[in-house]
Amino acid sequence: MDLEEAKEFKERCTQCAAVSWGLTDEGKYYCTSCHNVTERSKEVVNTEAIPNTKIQAINRGLKRKQKLEKGWDWYVCEGFQHILCQQADALQTLGVGPELKNEVLHNFWKRYLQKSKQAYCKNPVYTTGRKTAVLEDNPSHSDCDSAPELLSDFSCPSFVESGAESQPDGHARKPFSIVKAPQSEMASICSGSLDGVEYSLRKEKGIVKMSMPRTLAFCYLSLLWQRETVTLSDLLRFVEEEYIPYIHAFQQFPEEMKLYGRDKGIFAIESWPNYEDIYKKVIEVATFLDLPRFPDITEDCYLHPNILCMKYLMEVNLPDEMRDLTCQVVKVTGIGEVGFLTFDPVAKKTETVKYDVQAVAVIIVVLKLLFLLDDNLEWSLSSIAEKYNEDNKEDKPWFDFRKWYQVMKKAIDEKKQKWEEARAKYIWKSEKPLYHSAIDKPVVHKRREMVVNLQKQFSALVDSTPAVEKKSPSSFQFNWTEEDSDRTCFHGHSLQGVLKKKGQSLMTKNSLYWLSTQKFCKSYCKHVTTYEESNFSLSYRFVLNLFSFLLRIKTSFLHEEVSLIEKRLFKKKYNNKTKKKSSKSRKVRRH
Amino acid sequence: MSDFSEELVRPTTEDEQGETCVLSGTGMCFPWLQKHIETVATGGKREKDFAQTTSACLSFIQEALLKHQWQQAAEYMHSYLQILEDSDSNKRQGAPEIIWRLGSEILYYHPKSSLETFNTFADRMKNIGVMNYLKISLQHALYLLHHGLLEDANRNLSQAETWRYGEKSSSKEVLINLIQAYKGLLQYYTWSKKKMELSQLDEDDYAYNTASQNMLNHSWKTSINLCALIQIPGVWDPFVKSYVEMLEFYGDQDGAREVLTNYAYDEKFPSNPNAHIYLYGFLKRERAPREKLISVLKILYQIVPSHKLMLEFHRLLRKSEKEEHHKLGLEVLFGVLDFAGCTKNITAWKYLAKYLRQTLMGSHLAWVQEEWNSRKNWWPRFHFSYFWAKSDWKDDKTLACEKALVAGILLGKGCRYFRYVKKQDHQVLQKKIKQMKKSVKKYSIVNPGL
Repeated sequence: MDLEEAKEFKERCTQCAAVSWGLTDEGKYYCTSCHNVTERSKEVVNTEAIPNTKIQAINRGLKRKQKLEKGWDWYVCEGFQHILCQQADALQTLGVGPELKNEVLHNFWKRYLQKSKQAYCKNPVYTTGRKTAVLEDNPSHSDCDSAPELLSDFSCPSFVESGAESQPDGHARKPFSIVKAPQSEMASICSGSLDGVEYSLRKEKGIVKMSMPRTLAFCYLSLLWQRETVTLSDLLRFVEEEYIPYIHAFQQFPEEMKLYGRDKGIFAIESWPNYEDIYKKVIEVATFLDLPRFPDITEDCYLHPNILCMKYLMEVNLPDEMRDLTCQVVKVTGIGEVGFLTFDPVAKKTETVKYDVQAVAVIIVVLKLLFLLDDNLEWSLSSIAEKYNEDNKEDKPWFDFRKWYQVMKKAIDEKKQKWEEARAKYIWKSEKPLYHSAIDKPVVHKRREMVVNLQKQFSALVDSTPAVEKKSPSSFQFNWTEEDSDRTCFHGHSLQGVLKKKGQSLMTKNSLYWLSTQKFCKSYCKHVTTYEESNFSLSYRFVLNLFSFLLRIKTSFLHEEVSLIEKRLFKKKYNNKTKKKSSKSRKVRRH
Repeated sequence: MSDFSEELVRPTTEDEQGETCVLSGTGMCFPWLQKHIETVATGGKREKDFAQTTSACLSFIQEALLKHQWQQAAEYMHSYLQILEDSDSNKRQGAPEIIWRLGSEILYYHPKSSLETFNTFADRMKNIGVMNYLKISLQHALYLLHHGLLEDANRNLSQAETWRYGEKSSSKEVLINLIQAYKGLLQYYTWSKKKMELSQLDEDDYAYNTASQNMLNHSWKTSINLCALIQIPGVWDPFVKSYVEMLEFYGDQDGAREVLTNYAYDEKFPSNPNAHIYLYGFLKRERAPREKLISVLKILYQIVPSHKLMLEFHRLLRKSEKEEHHKLGLEVLFGVLDFAGCTKNITAWKYLAKYLRQTLMGSHLAWVQEEWNSRKNWWPRFHFSYFWAKSDWKDDKTLACEKALVAGILLGKGCRYFRYVKKQDHQVLQKKIKQMKKSVKKYSIVNPGL
């Protein structure tokens, strides 16, 4: 941008009355705030001698080469806002209520801008301590989703709609004064956004800087606030399945929002979101925003363990009857209580319930209670069930762990294979190449072109049969129905084979139990415990792998959660500090 | 300009830093270690999923290639190409070669691929970076040769030959030499076709002169192309062979001898039996003295004792006047028959039977015993079992007789092979068997008394 050269032009812009001119490639003046191009062009002032002008022309030619793309002026936070908008829209098409976007997420975002001192405060970060040319506000300045529009009205009900229109709303834009980064000095470190370079350098203590993973933290927080039927693992899976814009979200920016240089590091990411990481960021963001106690998670909420357990029992094809046992465990451990479940960032800053992981852990504990999972008992119980089922073909079949294992193993292996293939085929790079600097630009463009050409060549070799049509998004990954003869559905099977009557109550036939963890870490490593696969039985490993694949989390992470549930369930054992394997019979009451 | 270099350096740091990098010590390589390390959670920055995608993709392609699933391989290739845009410059730079290798393999076999596709692919890959231009050009030319497109291949090689970039490095030099040599080989091909034509022409024909002139031109160009490569240590059989053929044709015997001698005897060259075979063939054509031929074959005997030329070697040794050659002649025969592939070689057995008798007649029992000692533990089972006697007799009676004679001499008349053949009543071979019995009685090294 030739701001230097445009300095001598002092007239006010006819459109917006600002005095901030740049030179276009043709040598015409344009207004940097409203992009109005004038008819006036830069005159050649000194025409002392003809050779001199030639030199100047050559000079200009050289300069032009270094020039970077010029689009609208935009800020990093506007970029994130645009992405959040896209994500909220995507969630809405997934069936989430419109309040999430218009009220909850909108408010969280405003709060964020305020807390991070980017807007809604007396002294926004953009004006502090810098030699700057503050532009005059002008009513017709209308970048598509520019922050000023959003920030204009605190009570503005809609989040995006306001951005699309251009409401003349001068006063609100004042706090958001625009800083012209002295770009000519930083030819090598550049960015398409106005503050990309500063943003990437900013390291203030106590400020949570916006990043791509944090957009998901915002989404999850609003989902949680609304008590929507989406868990964190669901959200991340939708991201991975591209129902929610994330990796390629920046490509949806308007054409004029140029993205290069430092913006690349901010918006273009090359990793899928990771449960543990996003979970941490959720807490971090909630704490930073100083959010009040979230709405209560009561028994009729989707996120309540009783309901989630039901959901996951269905997902992994386990008998419905197990629901009573999971409810028992939830009750005994106290993890179904409102106080425990409800997220309160201020009160207990360090954690919130991992609803999905916890529910799955409860199911695993129940499986251990019923079948012990020691590579021995579950198989002998299966043999009994198998025999019973053969003899009594008319009756409700007993649940046969071995058969379930066979069906699930096959199903999960197929799923995993497909998942791995899809991951390997994932196209990360965007259509429009991103470059670090002007020098980089032609190289990157050429490389991009090369890749596109080569890709064309190889896709010509691929069968022209259309790719498997994308299935509609669902919180279920498996579908078990009675009709399918290959994939037995176990929902209706009974647990009679593994329970026995004792007076009025039912007890598990199996009276033994082994603890997943004997000792918990007490140091500062923040690990609850460690998981060394080879120390555990094969069936426990299978169950752990099955569930951790469903939730796309690490097995060790789930193992920790199982241990935590057991800690609550067998409090006494842990308190007594007995080191021997606990063997405990538990009464299971029914009705 | 200082600013520029800074610009080039600085931006890359942002993306590159924090990549997990495992350096194994001094040239040691633990393939499992890499995998193990990947699964270990590290405190530092995780490897990007982009890198996971590309590495998973690579293994899927390899698997597909292994199973000849060209379709799938092409599908994964589509995604793998992203690696050319990897922000890790190391990976980016290594990628073109991998892509070329996998891609050319896919395009070579894929049913939908065509010559055109391959050509476009090769041309594109040549121009990604400068590191692979020569190698890809050469392989491209070989592909064209394989499809019988000699002219296209030649054009390709000429293009590569004139390509220049940066300083000449030693690896580049070898490649350029190879490219030139392949060009030479193509020219040799046209030359030898012309030679055929020429041989059909009458010498008095006026066309004869132009044709021979034409050939001469060709050979001159070819020899220039070929001779550079064969100076460099390596195995250059087809090049050497055609070069020598041309030299010989124009009567440059000395030149040919020099090339072959150098190819066979220069210590910098890897040991190569063909080098000695070519030299032997040349010397034989030249009618070189027996002594010289023996010395060449002696080396070949050390490298490949089972080579079919060994029987010829034996003949030469037999005819020699020196006693040590006679002894070596026996060694060579035993040596040939040590190999499973030669067990049914009737000439070898015939020679051995004859030569054993001859040696024993010349009262060199010690030579025979020396050879036999190391073999008496395994030859009886290897050659002279009852099973072999039966099957040899069924397949080839003459062979069985020769073997029986050898068995009789070496193992005595009690040996099963000999006994089996002796018992067979065959009218035509009756005389032969009788003779055999007599010889065994006379020469057997086994003392029947013991």
